[in-house]
Amino acid sequence: MRLLALATDVPWWQRIVDFTDYGQLLPLVRNSLLAGAVLALVGGLVGVFVMQRDLAFAVHGVSELSFAGASAALLFSVDVTVGAVVGSLAAALAIGLLGSRARDRNSIIGVLMPFGLGLGVLALALYPGRAANKFGLLTGQIVAVDDSRVGVMAAIAVVVVGGLLVVWRPLTFASVDPDVAAARGVPTRTLSLVFMLLLGLAVAMAVQVVGALLVLSLLITPAAAATRVSASPVWVPVLAVIFAEVSAVGGILLALGSSVPISPYITTISFLIYLVCRGVGRRRRRQGWVRRAVPSAVGGTIAG
Amino acid sequence: MSPVLELAGASLAYGERAVWSDVDLTVDAGEFVTVLGPNGSGKTSLLRAVLGQVALTGGRIEVLGHPPQRGSRSVGYVPQQRIVDPATPVRARDLVRFGVDGDRWGPGHHDRRARVDELLAAVGASEYADVPVGMLSGGEQQRVRIAQALASDPAVLLCDEPLLSLDIRRQQEVTALIDATRHATGTAVLFVTHEVNPVLPYTDRVLYLGPAGHAVGAPDVVLTSERLSRLFGTAVEVVKAQGRILIVGDDGHVHHVEEEDE
Repeated sequence: MRLLALATDVPWWQRIVDFTDYGQLLPLVRNSLLAGAVLALVGGLVGVFVMQRDLAFAVHGVSELSFAGASAALLFSVDVTVGAVVGSLAAALAIGLLGSRARDRNSIIGVLMPFGLGLGVLALALYPGRAANKFGLLTGQIVAVDDSRVGVMAAIAVVVVGGLLVVWRPLTFASVDPDVAAARGVPTRTLSLVFMLLLGLAVAMAVQVVGALLVLSLLITPAAAATRVSASPVWVPVLAVIFAEVSAVGGILLALGSSVPISPYITTISFLIYLVCRGVGRRRRRQGWVRRAVPSAVGGTIAG
Repeated sequence: MSPVLELAGASLAYGERAVWSDVDLTVDAGEFVTVLGPNGSGKTSLLRAVLGQVALTGGRIEVLGHPPQRGSRSVGYVPQQRIVDPATPVRARDLVRFGVDGDRWGPGHHDRRARVDELLAAVGASEYADVPVGMLSGGEQQRVRIAQALASDPAVLLCDEPLLSLDIRRQQEVTALIDATRHATGTAVLFVTHEVNPVLPYTDRVLYLGPAGHAVGAPDVVLTSERLSRLFGTAVEVVKAQGRILIVGDDGHVHHVEEEDE
């Protein structure tokens, strides 16, 4: 405990949760809350497809390259958002084009990821500015969100959510049932690329809020939790967005007034929601997902 | 009556390697045609050609008098059973719904529930309509697949090894269902399999794709030692025992006899 208290005279627990002066602090994080809410909406929806398409590792890979782009932007005094978007789109495109099969994809991501991270570290090492900015790209710096950045994030969110709505049905079909979707004339390859690009944009947004290392907490965990408690194509995305909103907005509100970064709050809430959903899902599974009228004659290969 | 599916001098080659050539086959409405042949004989390629996914290198192929078109609603497709992650948020009714309008853009806004319920009832899958696909057994999953394929009222139903990894009883159930379906809806069936026995009672004609040629005709005519030996270019024996057919190649490999216990 003493180690955690570091050099300050404030007890460590008060550094984590401190609600004094809450009223005055709230207006200061208006932008952060907006950014968090927008990101949670995008993350929850994108996460549903990330789960269906088994792309968790790709999300991680794209976020590292997004980090590299943002770091390079910092070094060259370009807008960080632009750098993050360029980095993620390049990674998403490479993964989408080169890795149509899961095995290829994973090895390509494994190759790209350390390269991206290395580039990012190099750019940050050369960057003469404040150290807080550097750390922020890896672990989140939502407090530094200004008006124009909220605007850019909202614009990206409109593109991603709008794009998802257009391709929603064929993309779901192609994700869970690729052979039949192809037989039905669904352009599965094109859809896969389109989704990778939307994913790249979503990651670029997330990197600026929760940081490259914690992107998964808003792009995977909420959707993973939702699929534990529901199999409905309507409820899974709705729940995923609610879980993401609770994590992001709740995390920011809790972190307010503390002296540690926001991301641990977001990741912890999102993880707790997942744990609860797992528990609920397990009970449901034991009782049989849906009560069947007659015990089915067809036994055999039920998994799980 | 004009045929629903017609192949005339149809040939397919990948580069130098001819898969099959000069196939003539006319399938009428309600007909059950079983496509047999060893691995690599181009059974799946034949289905892909009917789906418009590969182009013939010779001859022509027509579905309802037109060249095959990708995503045509006249063709239904039943794939082999595969493992679905139980956490995949797709219920039996959602899989069927894909067959109804999964290929359309934009968010779904029309109410297709009645249609989906009707399709599920037709294959006897109403009971598990709301169960996630990953939690269905192999036989249940294939029933749902058939409902999905029937969603567009296809003129021809393509079945791509739908019995694979099912036990014998489930194989019989699924084939009986497909047979009942073709009688009820008048859809023709092109059934690709490496196990002839479950489909033998329903088969009107066999298309046998062999390494050294192909043959079309009634099962009794095509599935003979003499005929198959010619298609394989080597001695093959067809043995009939207890109403089942065993095809024994000279390499000691026995087709069509895998029997699984539950």
